[in-house]
Amino acid sequence: MSTQTTGLAIETAGLVKTFGETRAVDGVDLAVPAGTVYGVLGPNGAGKTTTVKMLATLLRPDGGEAHVFGHDVVREADAVRGRVSLTGQYASVDEDLTGTENLVLLARLLGHRKPAARERAAQLLEAFGLTDAAGKQVKNYSGGMRRRIDIAASILNTPDLLFLDEPTTGLDPRSRNQVWDIVRAVVAQGTTVLLTTQYLDEADQLASRIAVIDQGRVIAEGTKGELKASVGAGTVHLRLRDPAQRPEAARILRLALDAEVQSEPDPVALTARVGGAGNGQGAAEQAGRALAELARGGITVDNFSLGQPSLDEVFLALTGHDTHEAEGGQDEVAA
Amino acid sequence: MSTVTQTEGRELAPVSTESLAALLIAKDRPPRPSAWSASMTFGWRAILKIKHVPEQLFDVTAFPIMLVLMYTYLFGGALAGSPTAYIQFLLPGILVMSVVMITMYTGVSVNTDIEKGVFDRFRTLPIWRPSTMVGYLLGDALRYTIASVVMLTVGMILGFRPDGGVGGVVAGIALLVAFSFAFSWIWTMFGLMLRSEKSVMGVSMMVIFPLTFLSNVFVDPKTMPGWLQAFVNNSPITHLATAVRGLMAGDWPAADIAWSLGWTCLFVLVFGPITMRLYNRK
Repeated sequence: MSTQTTGLAIETAGLVKTFGETRAVDGVDLAVPAGTVYGVLGPNGAGKTTTVKMLATLLRPDGGEAHVFGHDVVREADAVRGRVSLTGQYASVDEDLTGTENLVLLARLLGHRKPAARERAAQLLEAFGLTDAAGKQVKNYSGGMRRRIDIAASILNTPDLLFLDEPTTGLDPRSRNQVWDIVRAVVAQGTTVLLTTQYLDEADQLASRIAVIDQGRVIAEGTKGELKASVGAGTVHLRLRDPAQRPEAARILRLALDAEVQSEPDPVALTARVGGAGNGQGAAEQAGRALAELARGGITVDNFSLGQPSLDEVFLALTGHDTHEAEGGQDEVAA
Repeated sequence: MSTVTQTEGRELAPVSTESLAALLIAKDRPPRPSAWSASMTFGWRAILKIKHVPEQLFDVTAFPIMLVLMYTYLFGGALAGSPTAYIQFLLPGILVMSVVMITMYTGVSVNTDIEKGVFDRFRTLPIWRPSTMVGYLLGDALRYTIASVVMLTVGMILGFRPDGGVGGVVAGIALLVAFSFAFSWIWTMFGLMLRSEKSVMGVSMMVIFPLTFLSNVFVDPKTMPGWLQAFVNNSPITHLATAVRGLMAGDWPAADIAWSLGWTCLFVLVFGPITMRLYNRK
């Protein structure tokens, strides 16, 4: 991983954190270019949060080095703190205080005088559509509102680097889209964003580069395109009308897609990865051709969908083993 | 449940990306706040928490009233002939004992609060590190003052008449609150060191009960066996109780005031750095 040292928001080399016997982070090397969204993708317990905590000066690394805008996270922690903001996995605001009180409190701690703090808080609540809830205690907020107040708290002073640790876990799809819009607005103003997520489509939507992390190690890193080429652009899910036709359908698919075809426990279902061969063809194009071949072979298809590879599939492809948690992405998009 | 479903169900106002962009453009950063200003801001947080959860004042109101009433009427007749006579001696002491006992809630609240996500945010701010804890204790100092005023009021109703007047009483309370602020650093240490709220409570009891009871709060140490006198006469609680008692009676117990302030400094100097070490490691 040889990248020039200029223009990097984050640079780590062999970062290690152990908790007792467990090596939560086991030699992570990252190079995050400034001004981009960098995705860190991995299942629960992969070491994403621990990595973020070390970079945000909350945890002291047990080995290796990490620099944020050239500042060492241990020796120059205060310089790092002056330039970063963290939105944790769980709301990093005080649940007992109201939205306004939280923002005024943090603005004061960032050095704003009282009138300026109040003004900034009001402006942010307005921009985040929280003016109506400003006087309510945060513990009465919905999940989507919590994320908003949390992100608002992180941009009281526009940070140079924003850590978003699983910002959409547990949110409904609409709130998720709104968080994505906020992230895009933040990065458009020049802030670097380090985003951790369990969802491939989230990384796909927002990040320009992605590191896949498992058991404390980076197992793949690259642009979205590079990563997808290594995993396969998508997965075809197929349901047949007649289970008896399945072996024939599997044979046709295998030829058409030039890919492994899996028979699911459901006797009429088949899945296959597409676009992994790097033959330049789009996944949709390949899938369409496969569908035509099936029709020509006289196979009745009840249901056909082309989905993004789920995190489980990415993992299977990259590591040969499953994610440890059954929480893989449900990222299917009907094609 | 109803409130949650209500907020979930209602349409949230959309995020305005244009005004957001306008806000983000402002890159000016104010200089970082002074240690004093950051601590006061955290103190303000503690006061806001009291405002939103006033039930937490129960331990500084009902509990001290109970102690004053219990000990005045339990021991009054036996030790001083009558409750009214006893309260002249007891009130400053029981004030010291109750407020010092109340300090242990600091450890419990630090222990529960530190696990919350908001501490991660505080710890990523470029501020004077101890200000979070100092702010905590400033909020607690307010609680100690409330407890003192409540007990003093109950004492006056029961017949306590301080000869030191307003000045003596205020001086006594100020000394007590300063001592308790310093003493609380022991609990912030335990709050950060121990894993659960229950163990914090357990350890606190182990420390606080012998320390407050084995003092001159209830009786003159002269009635105690020699080995116990040796402990009691050198206990910080005894020095503090004697100093507060003297100040409220209109005297100037210089030696005991000096001892109390000495202990105050010692607690801050020893347990403050240990607390901060643990806080930075968390």
